[in-house]
Amino acid sequence: MTDETAPGNTGCCGGGQNTANCGFDTQTGHREILSATSTLTFADRLDHFYARWGVDRMGHRVDPGLYRLGEPTPDSPVFVSANYTLSFDALRSALEGFDCYILVLDTKGINVWCAAGKGTFGTDELVKRIEYTGLTGIVRHRKLILPQLGAPGVSWPEVIRRSGFSVEYGPVRAEDLPEYLKTHTATPAMRRVRFPVRDRAVLIPVELVHVALPAIVVAIVLYFLAGPVSSLAAVTAVVAGTVLFPLLLPYIPTRDFSMKGFILGFVVSLPFAAWYAAGPGLPGWAGLLAAVTPLLLIPAVTAYLALNFTGSTPFTSRTGVKKEIFRYVKPMTGMAVAGVLFGILLGVSRLMGVI
Amino acid sequence: MFDSYVETTLRYYPERCINCRRCTQVCPHGVFSEGPERAVLRHPPDCMECGACALNCPVQAIEVQSGVGCAWAMISAALRGKDMDSGECGCGGDDGACCGGGEEEEPSSCCEGN
Repeated sequence: MTDETAPGNTGCCGGGQNTANCGFDTQTGHREILSATSTLTFADRLDHFYARWGVDRMGHRVDPGLYRLGEPTPDSPVFVSANYTLSFDALRSALEGFDCYILVLDTKGINVWCAAGKGTFGTDELVKRIEYTGLTGIVRHRKLILPQLGAPGVSWPEVIRRSGFSVEYGPVRAEDLPEYLKTHTATPAMRRVRFPVRDRAVLIPVELVHVALPAIVVAIVLYFLAGPVSSLAAVTAVVAGTVLFPLLLPYIPTRDFSMKGFILGFVVSLPFAAWYAAGPGLPGWAGLLAAVTPLLLIPAVTAYLALNFTGSTPFTSRTGVKKEIFRYVKPMTGMAVAGVLFGILLGVSRLMGVI
Repeated sequence: MFDSYVETTLRYYPERCINCRRCTQVCPHGVFSEGPERAVLRHPPDCMECGACALNCPVQAIEVQSGVGCAWAMISAALRGKDMDSGECGCGGDDGACCGGGEEEEPSSCCEGN
């Protein structure tokens, strides 16, 4: 099998810069087979680090197309992946020592599962990519091994009808591939998505980055308006929702994320309530008001952040999340508004010398 | 009590099942298990409505309204006066990455670079 670089190719697939229109109607038979290795370099790991921290979110891409790993023959297996570096790198490093082809779909730099949910890792793109790469002329067999999590976007009966290739769903995790390939059957455990603490912890940076700016602004404003303790309370609410919540998720009672958030927020707000209640020099009503304010505000913020974490978990159904929104957003809003009003009331009282 | 996840849109018509076992292969939560004659709906509340089973069932024995369970996207849609179910608002960025923080959508391990 020789590489044939199509003449007149504008190079959009080569540069990795703009793959948006790659291949589709603008291209005629880009047939170059690219090369991949199983070795992850320092640059790869650095890229993964940036991806985890949400730096240049859409920039972690590899060029779509057909890759050669090792020394494949026309009978070697074909694995399918996304053009997101973390997906592609997990696959190629798991396949160390295997001679095979990797067909990388254009998922716009999104990982397999998310892309499948959007349909970019999907039947149409798969059929097109088979056509562009000239896969039928490169391998003798007609079998593709897809990651199981690509299934929400791919209809295997349609793929076989339109391309002649049959689809086999491999395990959820690339690391299980060597074991899977011995028999081509997956154990129930290989088919399951879990959400262990490692997976939850890995999401923390992005959750934090997401809310960092408003949190810092609010903390600074509160520092000057109401002092360091209220500033600390704001930071605590955000850290509880974005760091503690993902870590403690399975251990907080009830199944609803919002309720878990209320519970966690209530617990972390207690020290602040106690501090204000014991605060010196405040008349009874003001002390009470000052103590109740964090009890209202912190759980509301934490619960909202907790509810938003549903989008990051691999098990919440749309129906359930919608039910949560209808159930909890009103109380969250009510508590937040009441808390802010109490805070303003206290601030105004202080300014007017009432307390 | 405080469990919004009891009901889902998953519907299974066992009389149509031809026991090809695809649903048991694609479901990430073991909602279906293998039976002697046809697939068995084992634990419906575990369904996350990803749609993989219905899309890969060759005889339409499964129906589910698939969609991403992302509160952020749905709240954004509601606030902009759009239909919550339209999926118009992605989770995360404008380019519609999804998972909470936005790197990429539902399913988190989704964000794991599978």
